[in-house]
Amino acid sequence: MPEMMAWPRQDGRKGIRNVVLVAYLVECAHHVCKQIARPFDESDVQVIGFSGCFPSEYGQDMMTALCTHPNVGAVQLVSLGCENFKKSQLAESVRASGRPVNVVTIQEAGGTAAAVEAGRAWVAQTRAELQNLPMVAMQPSELVIGTICGGSDATSGITGNPAAGVAFDRLVSEGATCIFEETGELIGCEHVMAERAATDALRPAIVDTVAKAARYYADMGYGSFSNGNATGGLSTIEEKSLGAYAKSGQSQICGILRPAQRPATGGLYLLDVVPDGPPKHGFPNINDNAEIIELISCGAHAVIFVTGRGSVVGSAISPVLKVCANPETFTHMSGDMDVNAGRILDGGGQLHDVGTEIYEKLVALGAGARTASEALGHVEFVLTYKSQSPSNPACYPN
Amino acid sequence: MTDALQTDPRLLVLAQGDNIAVLKATIKAGEDILIAGNEVHVGSTLGLGHKLAVVAIQGGDDVVKYGFPIGFAVADIPLGAHVHVHNLASRYTTVEIME
Repeated sequence: MPEMMAWPRQDGRKGIRNVVLVAYLVECAHHVCKQIARPFDESDVQVIGFSGCFPSEYGQDMMTALCTHPNVGAVQLVSLGCENFKKSQLAESVRASGRPVNVVTIQEAGGTAAAVEAGRAWVAQTRAELQNLPMVAMQPSELVIGTICGGSDATSGITGNPAAGVAFDRLVSEGATCIFEETGELIGCEHVMAERAATDALRPAIVDTVAKAARYYADMGYGSFSNGNATGGLSTIEEKSLGAYAKSGQSQICGILRPAQRPATGGLYLLDVVPDGPPKHGFPNINDNAEIIELISCGAHAVIFVTGRGSVVGSAISPVLKVCANPETFTHMSGDMDVNAGRILDGGGQLHDVGTEIYEKLVALGAGARTASEALGHVEFVLTYKSQSPSNPACYPN
Repeated sequence: MTDALQTDPRLLVLAQGDNIAVLKATIKAGEDILIAGNEVHVGSTLGLGHKLAVVAIQGGDDVVKYGFPIGFAVADIPLGAHVHVHNLASRYTTVEIME
């Protein structure tokens, strides 16, 4: 296997990418960010941001976690000038993390053209400086990997998700950190999941987390089991949930994370994406990319994305490794896929073989390889309002 | 075990101890297939993702997939029978199927 090389960060973490972020702090600065980033390659310079003008503790926490993510080398912040985002606080956090940071305020710069010019000049100079940074060796045990599934079909729970679970088990056994989520799709297997809790305190917390998600989605008028699921051969909510749950593998669950929270140790974590209390800002995550970015906010260097029907998305900041569960979809959309888990159905391999392939392709991402979505320029980013709920100290290891 | 040699390759048992297998490909109505050496007649066309019993399951017993119960048999399910919403019920909540 090729050796991973990474950019060392001041906090001890290492990045497998060295992205310059151009970040808007309100939608009004989004266009200027796109213009700043336009001359550069998507793999080097990426646009993220928070659209809302009203204050958001969650938005602030997420942007702070993302701008100090190990895959990020430098940050250009763009403010309109009158939004509520605490930009000085964010800039100070980025500076304290040892990263170059620059703030352009459009109203002070003299409008769009001046702000774009100032931002581009800083990004170009900073890019050049970042290219001279020395890299260091990185071990698979230092990886943080997230997993989600989207565009699922009957094959997802048979091939792709269990294969992702095999890769997770290997990563966890080697000391890496793995994160799974989608508590709204784990309804019915919370007791099975709770049996894997590392501590007594964690066991009821896992059950409560899923019960909270069930309540939240029910309040939103949204059920988890559809007619299409039954047509595809799924008979019960437990069966559907176990198919999604298979992504987590067999390892002990060592903690429950909240968005933007860094796991303290290696091991397998459940990310609780559902806010406490009654629904306030709508669906916990409005689409797959909102979930992917929450995994990345916890420090994920890369995300395994299992799809059956054929999702094409990538993400800003961290590569998204596309595992295609359906062999027909893989043939039809092979340019968007990294791993053909559907070959299990064609007699082209066992779960273990595909799990090993996922593991090896994740490690290769740290040795110069790029995912299909990276090569195609996918850098999707979604961040909306959410109530930030405090983490329960009993739910993660010291 | 020699069972693998005597079971139709379109069936996939996901975990040890499962009492159902998942279809990797369509099996057509009228086909006779082998499950652990037993010849079974398939009465209706079943697509990818559907389940067949790989052992006889007693009414009330758990139906096991991925090594975990996914519900219980509401009637005796003979070896080779289609396992779905007509003979498998959730222990969690009732699933309503709308036509």
